[in-house]
Amino acid sequence: MANLTAPKMITSMLSKISPRRGVEGLFIIVGLVIVLTFIFMAIFAPVLAPYDPNKTRVGGLYESPNSKFPMGTDRLGRDILSRIIWGSRTVLIVTFLSMALSSACGVTLGLISGYVGGKFDTALSLFMDSLYAFPGLILAIALAVMLGQGIMPVTVSLTVVYVPIYFRMIRGEVLSMKESLFVEAAKAIGAKGRTLIFKYIFPNVIPSIPIVLSLNAADAVLTLAALSFLGLGLPAHIPDWGFDLRMGYGALTAKIWWPGTFPGLMIVLLTLGFSLFGEGLAEILNPKLSGR
Amino acid sequence: MISDLLRIEGLRVYYYTRDGVVMAVDNVDLFMKKGETIGLVGESGSGKSTLGRAILRLVPPPGRIISGKIVFDGLNLTELSEEEMRKIRGKRISMVFQDPMTSLDPLMKIGDHIVETIMAHETLTREEAEEKAIKLLEQVGIRSERFMDYPHQFSGGMRQRVGIALALALNPDLVIADEPTSSLDVIVQFQILDLMKELKNLYGMGMILITHDISIIPGIADKVALMYAGQLVEFADAKSFFNEPLHPYGKALLESIPNIQHSDQKLKYIPGNPPDLINPPKGCRFSPRCPYATEKCREEEPPTIMVGHHRLVKCFQY
Amino acid sequence: MPLLKVVDLKKYFPVQRSFLERLLSRKIDYVKAVDGVSFEAEKGEVFSIAGESGCGKTTTGRLIVRLIDPTGGKIFFNGIDITSLSGEELRKLRKRMQIIFQNPYASLNPRMKIGENVGHPLEIHGIAYGREKEKLVMEMLEKVGLQPASKFYNAYPHELSGGQRQRVAVARAMILKPDFIVADEPISMIDVSLRARILELMIQLKEELDLTYLFITHDLAVAKYISDKIAIMYLGKIVEMGEKEVIFSDPKHPYTNALLSAVPVPDPNVKRKRIMLKGEVPSPINPPSGCRFHTRCPLATDICRREEPKLVKIDDNHFVACHMVK
Repeated sequence: MANLTAPKMITSMLSKISPRRGVEGLFIIVGLVIVLTFIFMAIFAPVLAPYDPNKTRVGGLYESPNSKFPMGTDRLGRDILSRIIWGSRTVLIVTFLSMALSSACGVTLGLISGYVGGKFDTALSLFMDSLYAFPGLILAIALAVMLGQGIMPVTVSLTVVYVPIYFRMIRGEVLSMKESLFVEAAKAIGAKGRTLIFKYIFPNVIPSIPIVLSLNAADAVLTLAALSFLGLGLPAHIPDWGFDLRMGYGALTAKIWWPGTFPGLMIVLLTLGFSLFGEGLAEILNPKLSGR
Repeated sequence: MISDLLRIEGLRVYYYTRDGVVMAVDNVDLFMKKGETIGLVGESGSGKSTLGRAILRLVPPPGRIISGKIVFDGLNLTELSEEEMRKIRGKRISMVFQDPMTSLDPLMKIGDHIVETIMAHETLTREEAEEKAIKLLEQVGIRSERFMDYPHQFSGGMRQRVGIALALALNPDLVIADEPTSSLDVIVQFQILDLMKELKNLYGMGMILITHDISIIPGIADKVALMYAGQLVEFADAKSFFNEPLHPYGKALLESIPNIQHSDQKLKYIPGNPPDLINPPKGCRFSPRCPYATEKCREEEPPTIMVGHHRLVKCFQY
Repeated sequence: MPLLKVVDLKKYFPVQRSFLERLLSRKIDYVKAVDGVSFEAEKGEVFSIAGESGCGKTTTGRLIVRLIDPTGGKIFFNGIDITSLSGEELRKLRKRMQIIFQNPYASLNPRMKIGENVGHPLEIHGIAYGREKEKLVMEMLEKVGLQPASKFYNAYPHELSGGQRQRVAVARAMILKPDFIVADEPISMIDVSLRARILELMIQLKEELDLTYLFITHDLAVAKYISDKIAIMYLGKIVEMGEKEVIFSDPKHPYTNALLSAVPVPDPNVKRKRIMLKGEVPSPINPPSGCRFHTRCPLATDICRREEPKLVKIDDNHFVACHMVK
């Protein structure tokens, strides 16, 4: 009974916040709780982590989870829990930074390209489409190889992967918005191009951005993990789930499950959090957008 | 009473939306004889389409029939199983939609639509069904050469002709036409209404014509059922209604429509807005907009009163 | 001098073709939406354009307020050729010429409050800002019957009904105190019981602000109610034009006759002459030769198939384009 009423309580809490209820509300709440937990971990990593994540031999090698090391230790005797906590900082910095950069670039370019139209739009769209045509991970790998290791290079590679997504979405919306009656009405009252973009088109495009943002964040977490799993992401001194997963994966054959399982679980959990949040948001925002 | 083709008693259809319960049809009584045409008139949101769909038990979710009886030829439709209902839909009660394109399969030839409909309910060979379909299309004014054409090759008026042919394919006792001419131009509307009248004489089925345009009623309907805010406010034969509408809403509505026959018409308008059906006004639902409303109208719901011969009106004035 | 004069106005839209079609053929088809339309509207008049969908009435309205550019012909406003104005000159023209659209659900910016929607034209043209603007907007909202204005000022379009939104659109069109307004089917998407109110409002504002309307409608009963003059369009051309009384009491063109007889009348006692036309309006991509109406005309003869009839004056203020009318 208790676990049946818990979600009910959450949804009723949500229904007080917004008049809309239901599954999508639960999605948002659960997603938000997960993401906020990780953000909390990342911010307070120095306080929360019991050990220095890079310090070797804080315990024995491959110590299985116990009261001193709740998640055990890895092949160098580092505390896995501390590495997970510090790793959340890494993953969130890269994710949020690349999201901010790619949405800023993509939205601006999409607005301009869609509004201006003509040859400029054709050329830019062609370029963006060709970027988009690459599988995201392959493109990220190629860029990461060229740019080298480190937080900034990885962020830039992810940014490049996601710019076309924002560009395409915003450009499409601008194109349909340009044909809409209220933009035509604005032309009829004598509004200039700049006014049309910033007062009539842009405010109506904004609502679709957060959905893409959170769904992209989920994808970015996975891509970053994949990059570091391949050893292309971050230098060894930065704690990182993908790299730890790779290291732990090697030990699996020896029936040592903890060094790989916990980082892997974290990747799944954070991805899930972002996805739930995004899906819930999409469900709630979309009918409102399409309905009058 | 036995001769009634359809008798609706105390019907309530509510939509359970996120914002609240929409009382789309709220305690409606209606009766019609065999072969009669009723014009079901109301503004958007008056519940007229919901009522039409409720008869076929096709109210889209989150709508539900809450209470009331829909007695069709002695059968209470609200009590039938889904399986029994399926046998009635199309066969005994059929529907004509505003845009038949939405009910036609774009990948299926026009002729096949009708043949399939016939064969789904009747035991005929393909040849016999085709013969019947061709005859039917000719009756609605579509030449047999167009039998093999696809829906997108038809204009709006032609598609509505197909829609009518489909509705008549199984010789139903009742046709519910939901705004059949609302998306058509005036000349095509004229043609379609004329065709419907002609076919009604030929087939003798009963018809419920749902429309927001009260002007088309005199030419086609025997009776008028006027809806306002989910309720039936007046039910009368068409001639007496247009000569002297009893309900203040009917009166005001007729006075607010430009009439091409008049040369110096002064339009009167109805003040206010149609009510919200989640929180309808207390008492008579028209009272906030009614020039004759009294204290009583704002407090109590008026009863439905029989005036003269089979004329119903929901108003305290009578 | 007429306030608005339109001479041989044309608008051809190229037909969208698929990639394959473009590859196979160089020929481009055009939809001749408006094909040689001429008329004049005097100051203070309500001039209606009526016709079925696809006759080019809406395109004519959009051409006149210069939302789209004509393929040919001239538009004179107050004696000045405005056909090819652009940039700052066109923006200045917008102050004097406004448009009300058919769809009040789509014509207002959903992210702007009502007050901003109505007041934005004032800012765009540098007429009033801030408090001053607010005062003017409030006055306008009161004028179109959105009371209390302060409540509507801060509402968003989605909180209003269709009828209320159309009043907002009327207020926005009127706030610049224009001389001329194109009203494109302003009541056809509004609840039946609210239509008369909007019509009355438009008539009242016309008197108060000394306006001239170009009223576009498919509903002849409405056209009869509101207009002084009427032009009937069929497939991009005016077939008959004249004073309202003349058009409705003595229509000459067979199409006008058919159209009038098809208008439903909410009165079972009226017996009318019934003229049933066959078929539907042909495609404007390849309109019929000669008189465009000949394919459906009960009076058509050989000359109608060969020669296009001109719009000729048959009486004071009565013009007809038909070979059979002398």
